[in-house]
Amino acid sequence: MNEHFSGHTRRSRLNFFHIDGPLLLGLLALLIFGLFILYSASGQSPAMMKAQLVRLGVALAVMVAVAQITPQTLRRWSLPVFLAGLVMLIAVLLVGHVGKGAQRWLDLGFMKFQPSEVMKLAVPMTVAWIIAQHSLPPRLWHLLLGFLACIIPTLLIAKQPDLGTSILILTAGVFVLFMSGMSWRIIAFVAAAVSAFLPVLWLFLMRDYQRQRVLTFLNPESDPLGSGYHIIQSKIAIGSGGLEGKGYLHGTQSQLEFLPERHTDFIFAVISEELGLMGVLILLGLYLFIIGRCMHIATQAQDNYSKLVAGSFTLTFFVYVFVNIGMVSGLLPVVGVPLPLVSYGGTSMVTLMAAFGVIMSVGTHKRILATP
Amino acid sequence: MLKKRVAIQDFAAESRLFNQRAVVALAGVALLFCLIIYNQYQLQVVSYQDYRTRSEGNRIKVVPVAPNRGLIFDRNGILLAENRPVFSLELIPEQVQDMTQTLEQLAQLITITPEQQDNFLAQVKTQRRFNSIALKEQLDDTEVAILATNQHRFPGVTVEARLSRHYPFADLFTHALGYIGRINSRELQQLEQDGELANYAASRDIGKIGLERFYQQQLHGTMGYQEVEVNNRGRSIRVLRSVPAVSGQNLHLGLDVGLQLTAQQVLQQQRGAIVAIDPRDGAVLAFYSNPSYDPNLFVHGISSANYNALLNSRDKPLINRVTQGTYPPASTIKPHLALLGLETNTITADTKIWDPGYFMLPNVDHRYRDHYRFGHGWINLYTAMMKSCDTYFYELGVKLGIDRISDYMSKMGFGEKTGIDIVEESSGIMPSRGWKRARHNQPWYQGDTVPLSIGQSYWTTTPLQLVTATAVLLNQGRLAKPHLVTHFSDEHGKTALEPQISQAIEVLNPANWDTVMDSMHRTVKEIGGTARNAFVGASYDSAGKTGTAQLFAIGQEEKYVAEKVDERLRDNAMYIGYAPYDKPSILIAVALENAGGGSANAAPIARQMMDYYFAAGVNQHE
Repeated sequence: MNEHFSGHTRRSRLNFFHIDGPLLLGLLALLIFGLFILYSASGQSPAMMKAQLVRLGVALAVMVAVAQITPQTLRRWSLPVFLAGLVMLIAVLLVGHVGKGAQRWLDLGFMKFQPSEVMKLAVPMTVAWIIAQHSLPPRLWHLLLGFLACIIPTLLIAKQPDLGTSILILTAGVFVLFMSGMSWRIIAFVAAAVSAFLPVLWLFLMRDYQRQRVLTFLNPESDPLGSGYHIIQSKIAIGSGGLEGKGYLHGTQSQLEFLPERHTDFIFAVISEELGLMGVLILLGLYLFIIGRCMHIATQAQDNYSKLVAGSFTLTFFVYVFVNIGMVSGLLPVVGVPLPLVSYGGTSMVTLMAAFGVIMSVGTHKRILATP
Repeated sequence: MLKKRVAIQDFAAESRLFNQRAVVALAGVALLFCLIIYNQYQLQVVSYQDYRTRSEGNRIKVVPVAPNRGLIFDRNGILLAENRPVFSLELIPEQVQDMTQTLEQLAQLITITPEQQDNFLAQVKTQRRFNSIALKEQLDDTEVAILATNQHRFPGVTVEARLSRHYPFADLFTHALGYIGRINSRELQQLEQDGELANYAASRDIGKIGLERFYQQQLHGTMGYQEVEVNNRGRSIRVLRSVPAVSGQNLHLGLDVGLQLTAQQVLQQQRGAIVAIDPRDGAVLAFYSNPSYDPNLFVHGISSANYNALLNSRDKPLINRVTQGTYPPASTIKPHLALLGLETNTITADTKIWDPGYFMLPNVDHRYRDHYRFGHGWINLYTAMMKSCDTYFYELGVKLGIDRISDYMSKMGFGEKTGIDIVEESSGIMPSRGWKRARHNQPWYQGDTVPLSIGQSYWTTTPLQLVTATAVLLNQGRLAKPHLVTHFSDEHGKTALEPQISQAIEVLNPANWDTVMDSMHRTVKEIGGTARNAFVGASYDSAGKTGTAQLFAIGQEEKYVAEKVDERLRDNAMYIGYAPYDKPSILIAVALENAGGGSANAAPIARQMMDYYFAAGVNQHE
């Protein structure tokens, strides 16, 4: 009785702070796992560990802060944030800071800022806002309107050029449409249209280096010292890890720097090499738990906007995981997508945790309704 | 209208629809997770070995370590070929803060040619930043000292020592030791054929001639290696495993520095060769070919000017006169002919013949002249040997005939390589009917046999061949293969090289050995003996035989006057001698080109060699 009471109290307290217990547990476990592997992947750099810890603190704070905002407020703010984001994207193209051959950053004086990160959240929220105006399933022209909200920022970001992020944003928006119950006929039609669009993408929209990445992906051994080097070394790292791995801090591919970008995009290869298939399964288990819990929250949400936003964020999170692992292990071409919540890096982690804040908000702000 | 639609929203249906989509999405998620796991399984379990191997290949580099070349010592342990550190000025680019300034400051301290600097800068561009690159090689002691005292001013600048072959006696041992030089492509091919190439991964040099070449395998040793863990830029992180190189074996020679020096001193400008062996086992005590040259020139690559000077010199210093100088043996082979005469009962020690000062074949007008034009009168073997009477041996040779002579002399080793432990060796010529047919496509005439009987005409030998064959007489038929190396040594100790002794000939009457020895003894001991003057007052008892080889055919009645003949066509002086007479421990051959008579020129040189040999006590411990 007492135990039940205290358990109830704790839940209440978490609920009071609008924190979803199981999700928080899953996220913390993943973050700790991430820090653990980052220590090895960074070459045991205290400076990097410190920076990542600071980022984690900020990201967790953002998550908790966002979780306090009610879904109704989020819904009201969706469109204004989206529009502000569009303005910033245009600003980036005009006056943006160039880094690594692409204009992605906006220098606000006190910090550099990537507007595309805002859009990762704002686009699906806006599409959900559009769709949730009406009952589900959405009508065709609602879908078109929602798609328009996706495609404009997508094209702007693709022009920076940042193909990876633009596709992810498009995907996040499309997930909203999918979850809203758009008919399978339209899905089939769109799929056919996309297939037809691919050659156009290849010929007119992709930059040389992007084409090269795809070509190298299709046959990495063709260019072992150039762009194929990354993927070959990554596969060697993964394969040589075997079932149990070479041991923590003992991955030769990672520690001797044969593995490129080992602490950022290719950190999954470090896990595979040092901890083996076992470590990979633990990581995948954590991801699966988080995704499952988020989807559960989405289905339990009380309004369509909340369901759609939570569902889209969840699937987008999965896509991040899949695209990163897929590219590192040679299933997908190399696009610069970090392993969510594990890779070293700032903005993307804050964005992700903000998304989890939204999901927690959805899961914890509930009006009392009579159960039918 | 729109508002109405919203009002009649069916929450349950919407929820069901969303849930359906969630299930589909989760199914998709699960499917793609399975794909990831399947792919991981393929990489980490199915292809594990393959990737493991590639990963090891990435990180482990095998760095070969060259073995130290074996040293070469004389019979008393004096170093003849050593490995000496050579210093070079090297820079590690990544540790040098300001390359231009550093180079300028270094140029103020020591001389650095623009060529060296350009060469260096070119290498800096192509090499890895952490590799040490040489700016100047072969620094002298002063430069090393200057750099050492200024080292603190130049981070990343080091003076590196590398071992390099050095021959401290310069030209004294050249023709025996030979020298080493950079491995060339032909030698690389040979090493590959011999399956030795892997052992040479870290080696730069190889024996080119002489002992350095003959014993290349023993001197070289076995390569070691280090398994080094390297990072992606090839920088070594740590040594995983180290297998030390095994140094080559040291060579211990029978040569004696003092005896060599004596040979060099007594020859001075005289072209020729001196070789001395221990007749009992064939160990070479002295091996000197004059003129010689400094083999150190070749170690770091000889300049073409220096090489051409050696190659085109009229004195031909590159020729190893001990083993490649083919001289008519002249009268030095008379002891052999004497033994053959005795053994075949063609003569006895007391058989007397009349020497009018020349020899004539029956029915031929030609007079084969004796060097003593008035003739020796009635003489027996002893006198003929002592005075080196040609007429006696003309007659003996003709009686013996070419077949018996060439057969016997071949058994003694004439016309054959001795098989000494260097490659540069000529076989000389021991003529025979077959040889003349093959060489000149002519039959053998009796007239050919006459000059052959005094070691002239077609017959040529090397000085080494001459001592080897003469040792057979001293050893009563046993032939000891001459050899420079007597021992090998390494950290485990010394290994003696077994002398190779074979039976060259069997005699019917062992007393004949003594007769021949006695006749050579008289040459030195008795008044009128051709070597007597040379050995007057010697503290030891020796025996020998002089020889004078004509290189210039003079007319029938003409008198040979040295001054009238071109210097290069004057007679060669030869001497073969041994001591002590009763128990020989040294046997010397001296061959002097265009020096004149053997008695006056070659024998005194053998005397000086023997004087030193006995005075210094070389080879006396046995």
